[in-house]
Amino acid sequence: MTGAPTARLVLAGRGVVDGRATGRALVCTAPVSGWGGIDPSTGVIVESRHPQRGESFAGGVLVLPGAKGSSGWSGQFHLAKLQGTAPVAVVFTRMNSKLALGLVVLDVPAVTELDTDPITALHTGDLLDVDGTAGTVRVLTGEEHGNGRQ
Amino acid sequence: MQLTPADERMLVGDDGPAVQAAIQLLVRYGDLMGAERLIDTDNVCGANIFGPRHARVLGTTDPAALFSRFSLDLAEPVEVPAFRAHSCQLIGPRDREQWDVQGIAPSDALAMDSSEAYLVERGVDVLSTCTPYQVGVVPQFGEHCAWMESSAVVYINSVLGARTNTEGRESSAASMITGRTPYVGYHLDEARRATHMIDVRTPVVTTEDWNLFGYWVGDRVQDAVPVLAGERLRPSHVQLKQFGAAAASSGDVEMYHLPGVTPEAATVEQALGGRPPRATSVYDATARAETVASLCRTATDRDVDFVMIGCPHAALEQVREVARLVERRRISDSTSLWVFTPSALRRQADEEGLVATIEAAGARVLSDTCPAIGQFLPPGTKVFATDSAKQAHYVPAIAGVQGWFGSVETCVTAALTGRWAA
Repeated sequence: MTGAPTARLVLAGRGVVDGRATGRALVCTAPVSGWGGIDPSTGVIVESRHPQRGESFAGGVLVLPGAKGSSGWSGQFHLAKLQGTAPVAVVFTRMNSKLALGLVVLDVPAVTELDTDPITALHTGDLLDVDGTAGTVRVLTGEEHGNGRQ
Repeated sequence: MQLTPADERMLVGDDGPAVQAAIQLLVRYGDLMGAERLIDTDNVCGANIFGPRHARVLGTTDPAALFSRFSLDLAEPVEVPAFRAHSCQLIGPRDREQWDVQGIAPSDALAMDSSEAYLVERGVDVLSTCTPYQVGVVPQFGEHCAWMESSAVVYINSVLGARTNTEGRESSAASMITGRTPYVGYHLDEARRATHMIDVRTPVVTTEDWNLFGYWVGDRVQDAVPVLAGERLRPSHVQLKQFGAAAASSGDVEMYHLPGVTPEAATVEQALGGRPPRATSVYDATARAETVASLCRTATDRDVDFVMIGCPHAALEQVREVARLVERRRISDSTSLWVFTPSALRRQADEEGLVATIEAAGARVLSDTCPAIGQFLPPGTKVFATDSAKQAHYVPAIAGVQGWFGSVETCVTAALTGRWAA
């Protein structure tokens, strides 16, 4: 196999933070708390009632309906960034002040307002190419593309 | 975004690198939320005392380096001038005087004193509580604020009619430095109208009831603005504090209306802005029972190691209730009882003899922090109990312990007997 990776699905939306990155998806089916919801030293969801408790977004693409809970959201993802456990891109449904500030601090490609609900269309483990400049999320086929910002 | 000439001067660096970084951050953040401009704010609350959790990650305890990195999102330290906005420090990582109870090393305590002094030098009121509205920082009706701390945000928006979004550390620090905040979200009338009706069909009377009700409402409405409709809903200020904190923990509630109690709507119709609700949910006895089970979902063992009262920080009447319950008694040798209240109220409780009564029973009255924010528990804690839905929500996730939730009386009884009996 040669050439550019092919996409088996492309979601189009609005890019909110520029840049492009690929990584494996962690699809959260419920909003994510930052403070008290993630462990920034590991990038693992820890909220006891969260459906994805125990799963990690470190180095991957965090797909989530939105941010909730404590105002320490950005602060926790700030700690994750400095400890190398931050996501490489963010795909989300609903903007609020916690997520907006978190995105400013994370400074990774981010896309929202997609034409298909990303929470149902995307699956944990999917290899995603997130283009925050074009506002697209491509689900790649093939296994040769690792995580990382391009 | 439309910027004023003063904003533009800050952006190009005329007021120095810290102001420049702060306004850049606010413009990016405001743009993401769709703000058309920034507005003045002279009432900002943030959290900028840094303890070992941050110092270890950065590899230094230098307060200037910590502030630039974690408050301004800058890789290199910059000179930070006196803050322009009236600013208040929220709850922090340690009790200023009784840090030894937390197991903190003296060198770490000194570093946190330096971090606090860095803020005092810049004009910050170091009240060090999640409830500044209990101890003198009381926003006016309609005042534009920039506050962190979800439990305080929902309180000042709903109960006082002030206007703030839920800020984070970086945005509130930027507002302290610039006196500006994005004019968007809860600063605008539109976002403050109720869209979700809560039909209350079971009595909500005690403080325990209000905690449970808040936890259920947050779970149900998530980030919507609810209006609470029901008979005889007459919460005390303590109950409003507990309700909002719970709703902001299970969900994302930053504003609610209780006609006849909160100031922006006298009727359900007015709260809804004359429009039909997008959703209606019924709170009944079944919903209450399910919420108790949900809050205690991590708990199986009834031998309680630790009882925590005062999240958000206890009002004086809550401290008095604990003192009454433990007067001339001793808590169990196997259990610790800690009560958290703002340092200003702790001094008053001391004056009134309440601290002496509680300490004589073998318990402690602490300030400036809490087990969740400071990430500390009595050594060996496996099972804890609390009167706060918010604390019951967070501590099991943060510390990996079991958590019981109940009334102050049930919790104090557990401390006296060492057993959870509810």
